[in-house]
Amino acid sequence: MNAAQIVLPALGPALPELILSVGVLVLILYGAFRGERSAEGVNVGALILLVVALFAVMSQSGARITTLNGSFIVDNFSKVMKALILIGSAATILLSRDYFQRARIDRFEFPILLVLCTIGMMVMASANDLISLYLGLELQSLAAYVIAAFHRDDLKSTEAGLKYFVLGALSSGMLLYGASLVYGFTGTVSFPGIVAALDGTAGFGIVLGIVFVAAGVAFKLAAVPFHMWTPDVYEGSPTPVTAFFASAPKMAAMAMTVRLFIGAFPDVTAIWQQIIVFVAIASMALGSFAAIGQRSIKRLMAYSSIGNVGYALVGLAAGSQEGIRGVVVYMIIYLAMTLGAFAVLLSLRRGGQMFETVDDLSGLSRTHPVLAFCLAAMMFSLAGIPPLAGFFAKYYVFAAAIKADLVALAVIGVVTSVVGAFYYLRLVKVMYFDEPVAAYEPMAPGLRIVLGLASVVVVLFWIVPAPLVGAAGAAAKSLF
Amino acid sequence: MFGLGILSGLLIVPLCGAAFILTLGEESEASKRNARWAALATTLATFLLSLVAWGRYDATTASFQLVESHAWLSETTRFKLGVDGFSMPLILLTTFLMPFCIGASWLSVDKRVKEYYVAFLVLETTMIGVFQALDLVLFYLFFEAGLIPMFLIIGIWGGKRRIYASFKFFLYTLLGSVLMLLAIMAMYWHAGTTDIPTLLHTRFPVEMQTWLWLAFFASFAVKMPMWPVHTWLPDAHVEAPTAGSVILAGILLKMGGYGFIRISLPMFPDASHSFAPMVFALSVIAIIFTSLIALMQTDIKKLIAYSSVAHMGFVTLGLFTLNEQGIQGALFLMISHGIVSGALFLCVGVVYDRMHTREIAAYGGLVKRMPLYAAAMMVFTMANVGLPGTSGFVGEFLAMMGAFRANPTVAFFSVFGIILSAGYALWLYARVIYGKLEKPSLQGILDLDLREKIIIAPLVALTIYYGVHPAPVLDTFAPSTEALMQSMRTALSNTQTAAATLPPVSR
Repeated sequence: MNAAQIVLPALGPALPELILSVGVLVLILYGAFRGERSAEGVNVGALILLVVALFAVMSQSGARITTLNGSFIVDNFSKVMKALILIGSAATILLSRDYFQRARIDRFEFPILLVLCTIGMMVMASANDLISLYLGLELQSLAAYVIAAFHRDDLKSTEAGLKYFVLGALSSGMLLYGASLVYGFTGTVSFPGIVAALDGTAGFGIVLGIVFVAAGVAFKLAAVPFHMWTPDVYEGSPTPVTAFFASAPKMAAMAMTVRLFIGAFPDVTAIWQQIIVFVAIASMALGSFAAIGQRSIKRLMAYSSIGNVGYALVGLAAGSQEGIRGVVVYMIIYLAMTLGAFAVLLSLRRGGQMFETVDDLSGLSRTHPVLAFCLAAMMFSLAGIPPLAGFFAKYYVFAAAIKADLVALAVIGVVTSVVGAFYYLRLVKVMYFDEPVAAYEPMAPGLRIVLGLASVVVVLFWIVPAPLVGAAGAAAKSLF
Repeated sequence: MFGLGILSGLLIVPLCGAAFILTLGEESEASKRNARWAALATTLATFLLSLVAWGRYDATTASFQLVESHAWLSETTRFKLGVDGFSMPLILLTTFLMPFCIGASWLSVDKRVKEYYVAFLVLETTMIGVFQALDLVLFYLFFEAGLIPMFLIIGIWGGKRRIYASFKFFLYTLLGSVLMLLAIMAMYWHAGTTDIPTLLHTRFPVEMQTWLWLAFFASFAVKMPMWPVHTWLPDAHVEAPTAGSVILAGILLKMGGYGFIRISLPMFPDASHSFAPMVFALSVIAIIFTSLIALMQTDIKKLIAYSSVAHMGFVTLGLFTLNEQGIQGALFLMISHGIVSGALFLCVGVVYDRMHTREIAAYGGLVKRMPLYAAAMMVFTMANVGLPGTSGFVGEFLAMMGAFRANPTVAFFSVFGIILSAGYALWLYARVIYGKLEKPSLQGILDLDLREKIIIAPLVALTIYYGVHPAPVLDTFAPSTEALMQSMRTALSNTQTAAATLPPVSR
């Protein structure tokens, strides 16, 4: 065997991932040598890395390129989803600084784990076979388990990490089992190979494989019936970590789900469509009804995220190009709404203590009018009231469902959105109608940046919707 | 200016005013005063701008005018604005009523003044937007967006049960509207566009029309409101501050009627025709049943709220007669009711500001201390009853004339509404204004001050003016009504079954 024959695969398409991988190694060394005092530097370094990677992603042409023997794909879809993932991760760093410093857990490992997690998520968005999908998923998950327990002296945080790990490992197992079934019955792990092998028909083994894969995927998405971990993990994790779990990993999980179902099983839609329809309905309903009784904002946001995943899945259930466009628009807007809401939650600090219940928002409109306005905009947007961005998110997924003749799904969806509106409105009511409690401390600069940008997207989206909708349309088109 | 036309201007001016008020400082007396004057100036400027638009408007044609189209969601869903005979009068009504609302809140709203006027100005933009939108998605956007400021207005500045009322108002109307959104999507996939002028010439299959009509009906019936989905209205009216009630009764209720005439009737003529009996039944029940309820009210605002539901029954009745008289009558009634019910709520606000109660039993004999008030209230009460010579008469008479042609039985029953409305309105007037001035709390009550005179005088004048000379309003509606009838006749004669029951072509 001549050494010259071993050809290095083209690594250009994976440039953003490589930037992050190399950069994170440097950061680990820097952190290890400088010790505890390096946290500030590592954080800044990680933020710069993420921004550079974001530029690298944005500068990709968007044309469909596969590399690494076809296991890694770059196209418009991966471009948009990776951009969202990177924005979510970068925003997490901005959100976390102040919190970790004050909680005295400002360690340099957090940004490093965050970047590792981000690399995993980006691989998920670019996976073109079952192996690379699983590799990306595990890299993401392992890092996520650790940062869930990042507040290691806090009982709730360690419990959240452990719970996340045990259930996450179970779901990875299910996904892997499903993947092995699919491999066993098609003889290939590559998505295009699976499409060719199935040839539009699916036997019982494949159906079983798809069911197991869907179960694993539903866990990562936090969709009903695999959502049980979400409220506990969201509540137990440090709040910036919760903000992270609710944002970037959702983007990655949704990207992976879309890749998997549209990439590997596009011709057997009938089989997985009913699974997705069921999961979507169950998630929307549970997300709406279960959130009503919540007093903790973190738990409320957990149920809200379950519901939102349900709405996004309505687009996937349509299985069409319009549907995927709806999913991407939904994820863009969901990212802005979630980050904005958590930026407000993280600002509720007084006398060194964080406040996390709905009642702590009492009269916020009098003590902090701008903060209250922004959170109210997020809530009305989450409820899907025009002209805020959340309306357009729902508009595109439901429009796709109507076109795909999933009228019942759409009707159930809009009715649950009215139920959901009740608890979003309750937050507005507490902020605007109730009597104020004492004022909170001024916001940290990082929170201001995130909240400002998120509010601009949510409030002004309706004036110039074309760029984001166009990007989502291009992303969807690249899958078909 | 900046490629934007006068209709965009009508949307932008209130928003600019709202933005300006937001920049004002803390809750000091000076900033409160500035907020009030800025809001008044903004609404007056908007009114003047709408008059300019009216000046450029050609009332002799049915086509859409002053049309603007800007790039928006996609090539087929554009930011398109325009006015025709149906929408122009409603826009004028909106911009006309707004300064009165600002004036009515001058003294009564004393907390969180800045936010109050911001909410009102944003609300004005959304209301004007509903009447201007020439794209269904845009229509829906404005239709729903109005819920946010109204929710805050009821919830922050409302009465004792304001929170219950604001939630009920919001969720009730939202539930009605989401089905309309799905119908809009279905229309988009069928016709390939959400452009209203194009959709007006699109024929939907009869089966599809039925479902679309029902979905739109769910939304408009709640907004109207029609019996039995009217229950949010009395709560919202009673708890809302005076100006909120004026806007609610004057403009927001008209959105339902406008929706019927803009979308349901012309786009789904077959379904409208086949559902007309159902609408008749609901309208007649609304007219008689809610009038009876109104008789039993002890709260002035609640009584007027129920009377609004009854009057809206006449509007739906008139619209679905599917003949010129009925539709013209319904449209005129919408304008007239906007002025009269708005004025009635302003009158209630006048005594509420003095006595802080809306209980009918707390008043009596006001004519002794407040002769001017009694006179103004009488004009509006008479208009509410539908006395000839007031604007209320013209609309109700035409609507019933149309109903008589379409279905004499329905017309027969709806006449009871007139009798009952005379009952509750005159009884209310008698209990509040006449009688002995016995209650000690009323002994020192003062008549209208200058601000209130300025607010009430133009409304009295308009009520009487449109009563004796309704032509300007009717003539504006006429070309659009005629075009609508024309297109409906063609549509219905194409569907064989319906042709037999068509009203004869008349003029």
